[in-house]
Amino acid sequence: MGVITKTVRAGLLATVCGVSLLAVSAPGAYATGMPQLDFANPLVTGQVMWGAIIFFVFYLVLSKAMLPGVARVLHDRSQRITGDLEVARSAKQDADKAVAELQQARKDAMAEAQAHLQKVLDEEHRAADQQMQEINARLASEIADAEKNVAAEKARALSALKEIAADTTQALVHRLTGVVPDAQLVARNVESASAHRSII
Amino acid sequence: MAGGSSINVLEQFELHPVLGGLGEALRFSQSPLYMIAAVCLVLAFLYFGMRPAAVVPGRLQAAAEVCYEFIHNMAVDTIGPEGAAFFPFIFTLFFFILAGNYIGLLPFSFTFTSHIAVTFAMAFMVFLLTVVVSLKVQGLRFFAHFMPDGASPFLAPLLIPIEILSFLSRPVSLSIRLFANMVAGHVMFDIFASFVIMLAGFGVVGDVFAIGPIAINVALMALELLVGVLQAYVFAILTCIYLREAVAH
Repeated sequence: MGVITKTVRAGLLATVCGVSLLAVSAPGAYATGMPQLDFANPLVTGQVMWGAIIFFVFYLVLSKAMLPGVARVLHDRSQRITGDLEVARSAKQDADKAVAELQQARKDAMAEAQAHLQKVLDEEHRAADQQMQEINARLASEIADAEKNVAAEKARALSALKEIAADTTQALVHRLTGVVPDAQLVARNVESASAHRSII
Repeated sequence: MAGGSSINVLEQFELHPVLGGLGEALRFSQSPLYMIAAVCLVLAFLYFGMRPAAVVPGRLQAAAEVCYEFIHNMAVDTIGPEGAAFFPFIFTLFFFILAGNYIGLLPFSFTFTSHIAVTFAMAFMVFLLTVVVSLKVQGLRFFAHFMPDGASPFLAPLLIPIEILSFLSRPVSLSIRLFANMVAGHVMFDIFASFVIMLAGFGVVGDVFAIGPIAINVALMALELLVGVLQAYVFAILTCIYLREAVAH
């Protein structure tokens, strides 16, 4: 690029010098009619010399000052647009990542809550089962105690019944026969009779 | 048009020294003056257009940027990647010619692109530049271009002179195209304007018929606005095409 730019500049300079020389030394050709072809007129060739100078100055001002300024503005703009697009893209990526994280967190929290709930329910079930078992055991022991008491009472009552039966038998026999029977004999008979009838 | 009864349509192309004796001594006519005006106009347009250097351009800045990008694309698309180095030159050429063409359309002004000396100097500058760049980039292989590839060697005696002639005629065609277009346009303006003055001599009837040439001149102005930008474009694009051949390996 640098070589070409230098070549352009050198070529321009050479052209300006060449054209100026050519213009100054142009042979006079008298042409009637068109003032443009009146090369004897120094003003006609003079405008070539002035034109070369003005054109060269124009070229220098444009290439050194004006056009780089325009190029800078255009470059800055494209740079800024690219930068802004980049920022927007990264922002979108961040947002997408945040959304994904949020969803994951929600899913995790839901799973955790479910697990916790299950645990609590299990514990409650177990506690309830245990309580039920304890109550059942207590009730069973109370029932057993009560049955024992009933049996004891019953036995006591039955033993009292034998005594009453023996006494009654003694009294009956005494009344009927006027003989007081042997108490032991009566008790033995009552015993056998009750065993025979299996009251107990 | 002040030349008595006969109207000289070529009078408008005459050069007059400005600043009296100083202008005469320095060969400084109104032509360089209008060149300076054209250059100042373009530079002012770019300067005031790009002064805000805004990211979101205003109207003038957008116009300046469009000009820049139009020429830049033309240079790079036509010449190739090397075109960026020639871009300032193409830009200078295009806007020098365009401003010259347009400033000449103002009444009482002067069109420096209507002088063959000016257009030929520019065309010759382009010609020399292409030769210098060709020799720099291609070396002596540059001369091989005068023999088209794949042509029969028996045709060489015919083809080589034709190619050399067409190459040498480039600055001639380039300069005469612009010069002739500008001269023709301005002569036509003058001719139709002189019709108006002639018709004015016939009284009321002439006044009515004078509307015709005036209407034609209005239409001509539109045409010349097109020709002005078209000729500048043709000059610039042909320069680009010549430079593409010069930098081609």
